[in-house]
Amino acid sequence: MSKGLERRKAILSDPIAQFERAVEIREFENQINALFASGTIRGTTHLCLGQEALAIGLASVLRTDDPVSATYRSHGIALALGLTPESAMAEIMGKATGCCGGLGGSMHLCDLELGLLPTSAIIGGGMPIAAGAALAFQVQGNDRVAVAVFGDGATNIGAFHETLNLAAIWKLPVVFICDNNVYAEYSRINLTTPIEDLHIRAESYAMPHYALDGMDIDVVREGIQSAVDRARSGGGPTLIEAKTYRFAGHSRADQALYRPEGELDSWKSRDPLLLLEERAKKIGKMSESDVADMKARKTKEIEATVALCQAAPEPSPKTMFENIWSRKVNQ
Amino acid sequence: MPAMRVRQAIATALADEMRTDPTVIVFGEDIAAAEGPFKTTEGLLEEFGPIRVRDTPISEMAFTGAAVGAATMGMKPVIEIMFMEFLGVALDQLVTEGAKMRYLSNGKLSVPMVVRASVGGGLGFGGQHSQTLENWVAATPGLKVLSPSDAQSAYSLLRAAIQDPDLVMFLEPRVTYAERGEVDTNLKMEIGKARVAKPGKDLTIVALGQMTNIARQAAATSSTDIEVIDLCTIVPWDKKTVFESVKKTGRLVVVEEQPESGGWGSEIVAAVSAEFFGELKAAPIRITCPNVPVPYNGGLEARFLPNPTEVNYQIDQLMATGKAPQPWWIREGF
Repeated sequence: MSKGLERRKAILSDPIAQFERAVEIREFENQINALFASGTIRGTTHLCLGQEALAIGLASVLRTDDPVSATYRSHGIALALGLTPESAMAEIMGKATGCCGGLGGSMHLCDLELGLLPTSAIIGGGMPIAAGAALAFQVQGNDRVAVAVFGDGATNIGAFHETLNLAAIWKLPVVFICDNNVYAEYSRINLTTPIEDLHIRAESYAMPHYALDGMDIDVVREGIQSAVDRARSGGGPTLIEAKTYRFAGHSRADQALYRPEGELDSWKSRDPLLLLEERAKKIGKMSESDVADMKARKTKEIEATVALCQAAPEPSPKTMFENIWSRKVNQ
Repeated sequence: MPAMRVRQAIATALADEMRTDPTVIVFGEDIAAAEGPFKTTEGLLEEFGPIRVRDTPISEMAFTGAAVGAATMGMKPVIEIMFMEFLGVALDQLVTEGAKMRYLSNGKLSVPMVVRASVGGGLGFGGQHSQTLENWVAATPGLKVLSPSDAQSAYSLLRAAIQDPDLVMFLEPRVTYAERGEVDTNLKMEIGKARVAKPGKDLTIVALGQMTNIARQAAATSSTDIEVIDLCTIVPWDKKTVFESVKKTGRLVVVEEQPESGGWGSEIVAAVSAEFFGELKAAPIRITCPNVPVPYNGGLEARFLPNPTEVNYQIDQLMATGKAPQPWWIREGF
């Protein structure tokens, strides 16, 4: 079994492993943030701090042959699905050992073995792709399910509405998950959208829909499982709105100074890491010192990953001419 | 060999591929129950059923993207964009998602799909339903772009497009749909291979789609011995066939149904100029549409499109002087 598949298996039900993975994602994102801030990594990045429970909850419910079409804010989803920190970080650093050979970067992670389709950097862009994957499964007559994860901002783009309608009319085995982290890029959702509960938009497509607490992994798991079961058994698509909060700004350049005072703190009181820690102590019988040891270990592991990836080779110029078409054609 | 209309050649190619390959699925607006606004999908729903042949909502973005997604999961979707202009609302899915899938999956994903779209003027459909717009897609690495000119090439190239493991744009000149031609269903044509539509030795015309027929008509009445090359594929285009012809004739004229700016013919002229600089007997030229939208009025639309009279005028001037003649709109002071 590959390392990725082992990592996926580990978080399927074990509350300690799920907590550990959340700590790993948090450490990973903090390191990525620091590396961008110091200019070590070029380009831009979009952190998922605060959205870890949704990522792990999703990954723990899906099969590895259920493809996920996610967004540019998907370091967490990728790690949750099982992508190794080395593969993800090397990609973000543009190294040959990255999951896309260094040609994708922070916004374009991918691992087909784990069901991670290339993440899309276009708002709503992955939604029709997920519907199409579901169309393939319907025609093939198998029981695979496709998932699209997108942000609150995507509910205002045409792809969202067109795809919901298409999926509903064809009863496709697809689950739409709106990760409503309150901000569409730099704008609070209420400034751009006249409704608070985005999931009700599915009502006009005669599609089952509901909101759930995206900070609580048990709620996330239950809500996604129910939609996946419906899709798998031929019941068609569902729109889920996971209420989360983006602890960081939109991207590297954004300090998020536009947020109302106290909003971040209020959400941080329900930080998914706190909830997962509580759960790991309660169900997994982790002690205070177990938690401290694990966190220290994760910090070291991610530091080691940074060093490993910094030493990794750069991609050769030849690689940018590969994978354009199935067979190379000189033009 | 049976004679069939171009639209029947397309429907036949689709049916033959669907019979051969169970992963081929077809969807688009009004293509199933109504059998297509241009009847290019006649008989498919009846033979292959509603799982493989589907009517879509008027949602080009969703169904183009759905084709990309289905292609990554083992299907070979063929979608129909009724008029090429309607691709505008779906370009993200084609250019930014579909064309990047292989690259951004480090070679793990293929997108074996075909986007069929009707293109071009000549039927009085006005400014938003008459453009060819090849340049919307020709400049995106990862896409292949084809255009047939008659029933045979419609049949053979469409089958090649469906069999291809990559994302292929198949641009069908709408004005040819009703035209008849013989079709040998065993004849294979390759993507990236041009056809010599008429051999000649003094001047090479490179044309595409319905302009191939304009070039043929011009060549039939010209005093110059013209070789007409039907390019068939714009990306990747057949340098070998074009270069061999120009090496022989020493003269190149590209006939394009496209406004002058940014057309595919510029690529041909640039490549030929660089390859044969100093050896050409005349300036390589393009005969194009003017840089204006397609006019509705029948007389104006006929002037807008390159036609045999203008092609022969340009060629006569070129043969006499060796220099690039002015296009008609400059000569007439517009």
